[in-house]
Amino acid sequence: MLNDALLLAAKDLRVERRSRVLTGQVLPFGLIVLILFGFGISPDRRVVEAPDRTVLEQVAPGLFWLAVLLSALLALGRSFAIEAVDGNLDALKLTGLDPAGVFLGKALAIWLELLAIELLLGVGSLALYGATITHPLLLLVTVLAATTSIAAAGTLYAALASGLRVRDTLVPLLVLPVLAPVLLGATLATEAALFGPAGDGWPWAGLISTFAVLYLGAGMVSFGVLLEET
Amino acid sequence: MTATEESATSLEQTVAGATSSRFSQVFGTLTATMLAVFLLFALVFSPPDVSQRDAVRLFYIHVPSAIVALYLAFGITFVASIMYLRKGTDFWDLLAGSSAEIGVLFCAFMLGTGMLWGKPTWGVYWQWDPRLTSTAISFVLFAGYLAIRRLDLDPTVRSRRAAVLGIIGFLNVIVVRQSVQWWRGLHQGQTLDLVDSQLSGMHYFSFFLGLVSMTMVFGWLLLHRFRVAWLETQADAATLQTALAERQAEAADYTARPPDTGGPTTTETEGI
Amino acid sequence: MKTGRCSVSLQVMSDLPVVALDGAVSLISGFPALAGADLVVEQGEIVLLEGPNGAGKSTLLRLCAGLAPLHDGAGTVLDCDLSSRPARRRVRRQVGLLAHASALYDDLTVEQNLRFWAAANRVDEPAIEPAMQRLGLAERLRDVPVSGLSAGQRRRTAMAVIVCRRPRLWLLDEPHAGLDRSGRDLIDDLVLAAIDAGASVMLSSHEVERASGLLDRSSGPSRAVTVVGGQVRC
Repeated sequence: MLNDALLLAAKDLRVERRSRVLTGQVLPFGLIVLILFGFGISPDRRVVEAPDRTVLEQVAPGLFWLAVLLSALLALGRSFAIEAVDGNLDALKLTGLDPAGVFLGKALAIWLELLAIELLLGVGSLALYGATITHPLLLLVTVLAATTSIAAAGTLYAALASGLRVRDTLVPLLVLPVLAPVLLGATLATEAALFGPAGDGWPWAGLISTFAVLYLGAGMVSFGVLLEET
Repeated sequence: MTATEESATSLEQTVAGATSSRFSQVFGTLTATMLAVFLLFALVFSPPDVSQRDAVRLFYIHVPSAIVALYLAFGITFVASIMYLRKGTDFWDLLAGSSAEIGVLFCAFMLGTGMLWGKPTWGVYWQWDPRLTSTAISFVLFAGYLAIRRLDLDPTVRSRRAAVLGIIGFLNVIVVRQSVQWWRGLHQGQTLDLVDSQLSGMHYFSFFLGLVSMTMVFGWLLLHRFRVAWLETQADAATLQTALAERQAEAADYTARPPDTGGPTTTETEGI
Repeated sequence: MKTGRCSVSLQVMSDLPVVALDGAVSLISGFPALAGADLVVEQGEIVLLEGPNGAGKSTLLRLCAGLAPLHDGAGTVLDCDLSSRPARRRVRRQVGLLAHASALYDDLTVEQNLRFWAAANRVDEPAIEPAMQRLGLAERLRDVPVSGLSAGQRRRTAMAVIVCRRPRLWLLDEPHAGLDRSGRDLIDDLVLAAIDAGASVMLSSHEVERASGLLDRSSGPSRAVTVVGGQVRC
């Protein structure tokens, strides 16, 4: 199963390395989203209750995760578009690869791609919104858990919509409400990691870690159903 | 063509039965009576609340519809989806789909009454109240489920995908609910709720009647929605018989056309 | 994992037919693509499927590959019951299907594609190189991304995947389409070699003369059947 996962992930990353859709399209998209958030909120605005920080800095964690989520939708669409064009999904069914392995492989590739996106968007957010990190460990755990959640749930739902003509519109509808708790938890944990105290953030990091484990399990179990559906 | 006529008449006979039965008629009458009793209590007998005034009456229908939608309707979808994946019979698939559809309806009703209640109580239609917020998310979750069910897909593929979605969807409703509640709980104190007000026994009784009658309404709707879905599969089965007969007639026509020699060579010229 | 109603005998020279369909009905989005198909394919046999467009040839091949569902009737392929999901899964691993789509990743090179599909199909590394040689992919085309291939070259690459797999049942949907003369000769040679190695072949083709020539050259039994209206006429 793990070998199958590594095989699939290596293939997806190789496709990405040669096509450069991620670096050429998804990353610039994430960046422009970050900049547009700045326009929408206005960079100089402060509120009376918290005059030492701009509003933009205060909401930076949420904006960062929203930008990640939107970029993830593109990455997910791409991940299943390459399987859909030339009957590759049927060919995958013919291989006898372990469905759980296929799921883990697709999710692993998305996970790595998302980490790269988050690294750049994170640096971008810190620069654009002027925030600083006070609790790096909490941030690291949050990022890893949230990324796993997005990759696992996203892969599962993108697979549910795979092979459909309406895939591009259906995936966001399916994935976004599911990831609502992750956005909530990741934003609050990141807020704590930036502005402290760390104690406020750990329970949320715990919540998204649990979510990540649940969705990894759900994906491994249900991919068998999805690959053997007819 | 006799096969076509035969299936058409059998279809008519099935449809003539419609979706009502002796049981559903009795049950429907009971539900209507129950609903009338409930409205009587909710609108007339139960007194206005001290703080919420008459707005409290919306709660009798708002909270039960939330409970029915999120737990009963989506819970049935959850169980039926599991059963469908185990047994593979149409019954469970249709039950899951019908229940989710009515659940989404109740969700919408809950959101509507919640916002109507919010205006006089909070002064705004939307407060980030945990129950409203999590129901709104669950509403979208199951709207996605219904979207999958409406797709023009191979029926088995659609049912199996929907079943997976129905199972995780229900689990997700619980996760969303817990996390949103936790979120609002941490940020600001208890939101205005039924518990805050001083409620008398009459309030509770009206609420209880609301729960019972909403459950009955749900049951009655589910019964009929399920039967419509069931008749649809019967109709599909009938059309399938016609389609099969037509498909087989294709083969008969084909051999009839090139008289006796009907070999592969003739097929080629007309195939192109 | 359950193996389902599917015998695990490793005996290759089984007396049972490789494919046995009895009144097979297969629905594609509610349409009866197969409406009661009967077909028996013996071990070592070539069966040519002819018939007009939309007759159900592709569905018949997909049914035998374990991809299309069996709604009614009975069917076994390689001793596996097509009506059971786990058994269909076993069928899938043992057949080689050349479909209309080539199932290749556009962004990867010919060699990368082959290595991926070989690994996914649990093919040993040493089998890849000869297959590439055999299909004329070992030279210039090796490092060309699949997006830069012609239709015929894609077909060859897809065929190379099947050659690597050494399936017991070859299911070829219009294998001659889009190929030049040498490509079509190559397909014929591969089919005959597969028959000699004890495999069975089902193929559909619109090139009647070429296909019937292929049947004549086979060392084993061979026949042509007509698929029409979702049924098989012998």
